[in-house]
Amino acid sequence: MSLYTAETRRLTKRRFTRFFVLGTLLVLAAIVAGMFFTNHKASPERLAAAQAEADSQYQFAVQQASKETADCQAAQGTPAAQNYPPCDQIYQPAREDFRAEWYMDPMFDFREQFGFLVTALAALLAVMAFVIGATYVGAEWSSGGMMNLLLWRPRRLQVLGTKLAALLVSLGVFTVVVSAAWTGLFVLTAQLRGTLAGMTSGAWQSILLMELRGMVLVLAAGAVGFGLASLGRHTAMALGAAIGAIIVFQFGLGTVLSLAKVPFAEAYLVPVWALAWMDKSAVATDWNSCDYSSTSGCEPATITITWPMAGGVLAAVVLLIVGAAMWTMRSRDVT
Amino acid sequence: MNAVLEIQGLRKTYRSRKGVRRALDGFDMVVEAGQVHGFLGPNGSGKTTTLRTLLGLIRPNGGRMALLGREVPQALPEVAGLVGAIVESPQFFGNFSARDTLSLLADAGGVERARVHEVLELVGLRDRAGDRVKTYSLGMKQRLAVASALLKNPQLLILDEPANGLDPGGIREMRTLMRNLAESGMTVVLSSHILGEIQLICDSVTIISAGRRVAAGSVADVLAQHAASAVRVRVESVADLTGSAGALREIGAQVVVEPDHLMVSGLAHPSAITRTLAARGIYVSELAPVAVDLESVFLELTGTAPVEGEHRQVDESAAAPAPTVNGGWGQ
Repeated sequence: MSLYTAETRRLTKRRFTRFFVLGTLLVLAAIVAGMFFTNHKASPERLAAAQAEADSQYQFAVQQASKETADCQAAQGTPAAQNYPPCDQIYQPAREDFRAEWYMDPMFDFREQFGFLVTALAALLAVMAFVIGATYVGAEWSSGGMMNLLLWRPRRLQVLGTKLAALLVSLGVFTVVVSAAWTGLFVLTAQLRGTLAGMTSGAWQSILLMELRGMVLVLAAGAVGFGLASLGRHTAMALGAAIGAIIVFQFGLGTVLSLAKVPFAEAYLVPVWALAWMDKSAVATDWNSCDYSSTSGCEPATITITWPMAGGVLAAVVLLIVGAAMWTMRSRDVT
Repeated sequence: MNAVLEIQGLRKTYRSRKGVRRALDGFDMVVEAGQVHGFLGPNGSGKTTTLRTLLGLIRPNGGRMALLGREVPQALPEVAGLVGAIVESPQFFGNFSARDTLSLLADAGGVERARVHEVLELVGLRDRAGDRVKTYSLGMKQRLAVASALLKNPQLLILDEPANGLDPGGIREMRTLMRNLAESGMTVVLSSHILGEIQLICDSVTIISAGRRVAAGSVADVLAQHAASAVRVRVESVADLTGSAGALREIGAQVVVEPDHLMVSGLAHPSAITRTLAARGIYVSELAPVAVDLESVFLELTGTAPVEGEHRQVDESAAAPAPTVNGGWGQ
């Protein structure tokens, strides 16, 4: 337990951890502020103003259409007539084309929009967790701190396992707190600048489960960053692997698969799997195929990636990387 | 006395594309309790590999090791709390202060935080304890490393080059500290290249070369065993040096003729020199035994004495004969 406490202290005392957490919180705060200030609740005054704007735009459009029609009719019999369609086909605006709601500021609909915000939160925290996980153990290796610690605690697997546990528990607590604040702030935004309509107990349960899946994603990212840096015994190993994976497996592989017209090319890329994990399912499409039906014509074939499939892949990646890190920790010399 | 550190037939081989390198080739070492023991060897001779292997950082290919009477690495978790060590250059996380660094180690090792203040005082870092380690000089980092090794109040202290980077005052303080620790009952193993220091503060030494032990025992014994018992001889006239050399060789002495004197060895009794030369009408003006020091013994045993016009490479050092099956442990 003393080692765990010391490792938690070491993690939270690091300036890099503090700065990176602070940076992430600032980005999240900017998103909350942006959502708050760009959304407004529908009040009678705002509705009246929007109606006035719609009327004004309608009148302007009517004037433009009248002028266009007049110009068209005046141009008949002259070379300029070729610049106009038949005058009776010139668009004449209708009142229903200028609805008041289209001129209102957006209103934050919690039920419709919060799911995307949970995914955004999980993605940001996952990046933070990866980098902090990688630098935490990478700096220990490159500064010689790990060797010092092993002179005190010669049980290598226990040391690496405790470090990982301290990282994951800290990330877990942080994610829970930030997720709670994130939810609370957007509930407040919905109350002041939008609506909470449709938030039944089932909807809240769905949000909670989504946030739990987000937390799993954050912890997995932290563990992968930690494992990669431990394998390479340097932070650069993890960051290099991440950048390499993005370049090779996302942009490179995406381009190659697309050029080769591989069916369901998206299914080979990480974002689809991450979305499947967060949104419970994601659809990959084979745009070159044709499933013909007499009612809807040619439809491209699709496959659905479900969250258990995505979870299985996530678990396999984490187990592979952390397992390899533990194995090398046990067997490799510390030089 | 009890042995607190015992190594027998330790082997470590590194394999790479360039081939196989035997870093340790049947190395033996024994350190008795309460001693300050010097561990000497040229660069690349296997000193640090030995210490890392002993402390569980490197897996050996063969041999036996024991610390405080317990076989390691099996019993390392039980004895680690009684062994303080620094290996090679001091390495710490630069953005933490010395106090943070030590308190984190104390937490990890279950040591009272009050001990942090004690060791900082002991190594002279009390007033700079709150500064970040990256602002420290090499000598200050070295002091911090010694503090981290002392934090556990160990029974056995293993220090790799503890005087590295220290100023002359710091070296003297370190020497006093080592002696005080030994007097308090702590066993200290000291690896260093400052052989004058080792000769001053160590009770016993082990010299390693090319992964094997080439000498071991008390400092006095090692010096005595390897002293060449040479005698410097000056005669009244430099013109008589050549004739003197011939006369001494006739009685079985090995003689090296220097510009103004002779170095004579291989005679049981120096009186034979005066008798022989006097019989030839040559009179001795100086007859002085040449004192041997640890440095010259070290250079002789390890074959690392500089030779004019040659540039010795790191791995070029003398190797001892292959160890016998029964060598080492407890001998």
